[in-house]
Amino acid sequence: MSANTQVQPDYNYKVVRQFTVMTVIWGIVGMSVGLLIAAQLFAPALNFDIPYLTYSRLRPLHTNAVIFAFGGCALFATSYYIVQRTCQVRLFSDKLAAFTFWGWQAVIVLAAITLPMGLTSSKEYAELEWPIDILIALVWIAYIINFFGTMIIRKTSHIYVANWFLGAFMLTVAVLHIGNSMAIPVSFTKSYSLYAGAVDAMMQWWYGHNAVGFFLTAGFLGMMYYFIPKQAGRPVYSYRLSIVHFWALISLYIWAGPHHLHYTALPDWTQSLGMVMSIILFVPSWGGMINGIMTLSGAWHKLRTDPILRFLIVSLSFYGMSTFEGPMMAIKTVNALSHYTDWTIGHVHSGALGWVAMVSIGSIYHLVPILFGQPKMYSTSLVNVHFWLATIGVVIYIVAMWMSGVLQGLMWRAVNSDGTLTYSFVESLEASYPFYVLRFIGGAFVVTGMLVMAYNCYKTIRAPKVVPTTNDAVATA
Amino acid sequence: MDQGIIGSIFTVIVFIAFIGVVYWAFSKRNKDRFDEAANLVFDDEESKQNQDNQESNK
Repeated sequence: MSANTQVQPDYNYKVVRQFTVMTVIWGIVGMSVGLLIAAQLFAPALNFDIPYLTYSRLRPLHTNAVIFAFGGCALFATSYYIVQRTCQVRLFSDKLAAFTFWGWQAVIVLAAITLPMGLTSSKEYAELEWPIDILIALVWIAYIINFFGTMIIRKTSHIYVANWFLGAFMLTVAVLHIGNSMAIPVSFTKSYSLYAGAVDAMMQWWYGHNAVGFFLTAGFLGMMYYFIPKQAGRPVYSYRLSIVHFWALISLYIWAGPHHLHYTALPDWTQSLGMVMSIILFVPSWGGMINGIMTLSGAWHKLRTDPILRFLIVSLSFYGMSTFEGPMMAIKTVNALSHYTDWTIGHVHSGALGWVAMVSIGSIYHLVPILFGQPKMYSTSLVNVHFWLATIGVVIYIVAMWMSGVLQGLMWRAVNSDGTLTYSFVESLEASYPFYVLRFIGGAFVVTGMLVMAYNCYKTIRAPKVVPTTNDAVATA
Repeated sequence: MDQGIIGSIFTVIVFIAFIGVVYWAFSKRNKDRFDEAANLVFDDEESKQNQDNQESNK
């Protein structure tokens, strides 16, 4: 095999390695913070009366860490890898790649410092203050230039569909971030949104829902369209369906934001529009899910022996489940029950832990041996252990939140015959107590799985090199 | 033009665009092109490396 090492383009794997390792590290950090605040919900003393450790400050740290640190690093790693491999050319600029890596890590560290200090713009998933927002914008623009620059100098005639999804994710996130973060600074650490009232709310959820739609969906679909065919050793079920999937998904997602603002001061027609668009969104979501899962048609037996493929396929099952649940929850009458309850938290985590985390974890298990010159992961059985820890953990988590959420919704709306509320808020909180403990147990499974992954990756990376790193032929075996 | 008319025109345009995308994706003329594109995932192994090596490792 060594005779062939010179002929493959000299890809920039350094930046992919850096982001891959940080994905695992930030995953553990972000999910551990989540576990701590989950424990605080049934044992409030766990904030130790230290302001930096209160739920209010750690919750945005948790969301930012898992979405932008864990998910973001996974997206950077895989997009830089996919674009090089499918365009058969080295990255457009190594310097820009290094800038995006160190810039993004700086953003994460700044978030980890400022959020516990209570410095926040108070916009959900966009809590970071304006100097950090500017740094994010700079890193993001460098990322876009590097990614699209690589596609421009490609050696292939066609741009593979994964790159379409990744490109759409990058461009849209730039527009969303810059649009939503517009603010007037009053000091170095404090700013006020440029938007006011209902418009501010609409801007926030235009951003917030499309952070879900483009950051957490389109980007990870790009991952799915590369790593599932690669791991299964066969091309995607229908490339033509993937084209329709792409255009339908990106043209619909942008409209769905208002479903976060049902029964608020937002104009009623806007709420209805958001609801209708959210329901239609079910179609491309499931089209994409079926396309990914059917890639295995005729090769289902591979699921029995390959836990990495199992991660990827089960992530699609969770994707299908949460993209059915989402449109349903966007219906105004259902939302009247589910909104502000734990059902929403359950929905988010079936998407975030089931879909986003599992497709990332599967992709990273595929990548680590290739990037570090190994034929396969140090231990396939530990990958399998991680798979079951993750799956069981997510199922416990979302079932607990479904039960807690529906219970809360029903208790909050219950009225006596004279029109007074049947239950006080504290009574519903008491009813949720056992489910919060159950959620913590599910989360502990997930974090344990991540620690198993870290150990497995460490052993794989430290093992003596047996395969030249530019050659991944054996890894697809 | 009121908002309703603009909304209706936009809906029709998006519908036509969607039909156009479906037609483009599924037309016979583009079949070979897309089949080729679907295999891009494996191309950088096959074009650059010994085919036998590939097979023995599958």
